[in-house]
Amino acid sequence: MSVTAPVRYRHQPPPGEPGLPRLLPAAAQLALADDQATGVDFAAHLRRHGLLRFRGPALIEQLAAAGLTGRGGAAFPVARKIAAVASRGTKTVLAGNGAEGEPGSTKDAALLWYAPHLVLDGLQAAAEAIDASTAYLYLHERRGYPALVDHVRAALASRHAAGTDRATVELVVAPPRFLAGEETALVARVNGRAARPADKTRPVFERGISGRPTLVHNVETLAHLALIARHGADWFRSVGTAGEPGSTLCTVHGPDRRVHVTETALGTPLDRLLTLGDGVQAVLAGGYHGGWLSVARARQLTLSNAELRPAGAMVGAGVLVAFPAACCGLAEMANVARFLARESAGQCGPCRNGLPAIAGALSVVAQPRPAEQELVSVRRWAGLVTGRGACHHPDGTVRFVASALSVFAGEIAEHAAGRCTATDRAPFLPVSTPPQAESDWR
Amino acid sequence: MPEKPAHGRGVQLHVSPIACSGHGVCSELLPELVTLDEWGYPLIAAHGAIPASLARTARRAVTNCPALALSLRPARPDPRGNSEEAQRPAPARPGILRT
Amino acid sequence: MGTSTSTALWYASRATGVVALVLLTVVVLLGIGVNRQRRLPGLPRLATTSLHRSMSLLAVAFVAIHVITAIADPYVTIGIAASVIPFTSPYRPLWLGLGAISLDVMIALILTSLARARLGRRAWRAVHWLAYACWPVALAHGIGSSDDLRSGWLLGLTVACTAAVAVAASWRVAGALTTRRRAGQVARALAGTAAGTGPDDCVRPLTGAGAR
Repeated sequence: MSVTAPVRYRHQPPPGEPGLPRLLPAAAQLALADDQATGVDFAAHLRRHGLLRFRGPALIEQLAAAGLTGRGGAAFPVARKIAAVASRGTKTVLAGNGAEGEPGSTKDAALLWYAPHLVLDGLQAAAEAIDASTAYLYLHERRGYPALVDHVRAALASRHAAGTDRATVELVVAPPRFLAGEETALVARVNGRAARPADKTRPVFERGISGRPTLVHNVETLAHLALIARHGADWFRSVGTAGEPGSTLCTVHGPDRRVHVTETALGTPLDRLLTLGDGVQAVLAGGYHGGWLSVARARQLTLSNAELRPAGAMVGAGVLVAFPAACCGLAEMANVARFLARESAGQCGPCRNGLPAIAGALSVVAQPRPAEQELVSVRRWAGLVTGRGACHHPDGTVRFVASALSVFAGEIAEHAAGRCTATDRAPFLPVSTPPQAESDWR
Repeated sequence: MPEKPAHGRGVQLHVSPIACSGHGVCSELLPELVTLDEWGYPLIAAHGAIPASLARTARRAVTNCPALALSLRPARPDPRGNSEEAQRPAPARPGILRT
Repeated sequence: MGTSTSTALWYASRATGVVALVLLTVVVLLGIGVNRQRRLPGLPRLATTSLHRSMSLLAVAFVAIHVITAIADPYVTIGIAASVIPFTSPYRPLWLGLGAISLDVMIALILTSLARARLGRRAWRAVHWLAYACWPVALAHGIGSSDDLRSGWLLGLTVACTAAVAVAASWRVAGALTTRRRAGQVARALAGTAAGTGPDDCVRPLTGAGAR
């Protein structure tokens, strides 16, 4: 039975970080920004941000100097991606990816709600850089932001009145699937098929939407791009680290079940973003394809791939969870593992077979009883699915599970002795409703 | 579409995970390179190029795959280099995840 | 041309037609065997797919002789064109037309299968589905074009071939249904225990105007 109680949350900028927020409205403007009309009004947007300064090849130069990387999880250098598509001639296509897929991530929805014009500016600027005449914006409809699609459509209408946009923008609604935002799944959906990942033999920058070279960027990446097009590379680098410059949006889950979206500089210590007091037993960094960290370890680390990757986690799409001490880490891990197994596209044998097997075994581990056999099986299956799917779903799932088993080792010992230390049985980590039919992938 | 490898460079056996439905013909033809996991899907020894002695059988496996899931790709350089070990195909064993 | 040559050609056409029908039946059975990943007893897995391919080429060879002898036979007028363009034969246009359809599909199946690697999986599969139409059409052609298959041991042979294909086809359908049922079972097992809550669960996309 899935409980679907909506949880209220608010954008909360970090206290006193200089130069922030850039993408989302400052706290003082929040009440005003909540008024739908403010986000939508193109003229108000131009008054706040000004006009674009760098366009075309000059923009690509600035992007390269700025070192902007993708904010959708893969962190690929943006300038390189654009150059790869730009070199392919005039029949190129652009897609903005707002399909977060992660139940725990709402930063793209927040961005599209509060600052749709930054995303749409970025879409136009990127389209100009690759000489594309059509751009697609791919997004979920989300309950926390009612009528998000209509909101973006209203923003488009506001721009249409001004007449400055050159590329036509088409909205495509993504199904509420975890994998819907995967690059090749996006291309499949826009091409009219189900939103399932495809073989990587022909990369999308060669053959994508309608068979044409396609550039896909996360909506937050496009928003940063729109600001770099105004303020330049040096401005972008004024926050963040040398290796990972700029700011990023995070969806922060507190141990009290409150969730907020925030914008922070890369390289910010995790203990400034999360309350890591006694009520917290572990930290998840990078969402459900990310990695678990012990609180002690998390206190030593910053929000950067340079530090998180060696620790087995990652920045990913900026999902940070402070996991409460009162909950059972193993039960929550098993619940998410079941979710990830359900969300397999079911195209590749190892994933289609392996993930349900892993989830089934973890459901036993989640109970207060010895499960040594099941743990051995999980480790075997984890080795069998890694790298054997068409996308990184099995790999990400294994990273999530393996790090959880490591961080919650103490709880495993408790369960093996027939005990569970958890006092709070209410579900904590969000999962969404399972797909019932083939149409749930469209 | 798989490209023909340049003359002189080796080829590697590649399986499309989406097309593969676990027929197992490849593991019969190339037991040195392919074993099947517990669900019947192929585990291909990944290191370096296919030895010349198996090249023809590999092409046969590609043609005979009922699902058209196999292809021959230009081999990427073996991370182990040109050592004696690198010349032998690695045993197709599933990796065990160490945590 | 003398009547004896004509009779010989006519008998050759009918005989190769019967053999072709049997071979096509075997090809269909083997094809379904490949799809269901069945191994022929005592043979390697490769044999099922390998035999399916070689038998299909053999079947086409017999069909070719069947068509050529029928066209060459002066007793009945069947132009070359009528062998591939359906319903254009002066002699029994309907039944020969079905044969022409079946031959057209066979040519498509063979050509696409030979060029499989270049064509790509999706295109090849799309054409290969026609095989399920090809066999019944060929059978209808056989039953209607002459009285041969309607009596005696040839009738028995026809019934046996039909029964074999019917059984294999239902086995094929059963396989697809089982796969779907198992996937449903797995999905239900995974949905079983309580799902968590989320700040907002992803909801089904709206199907309003403009939304794809």
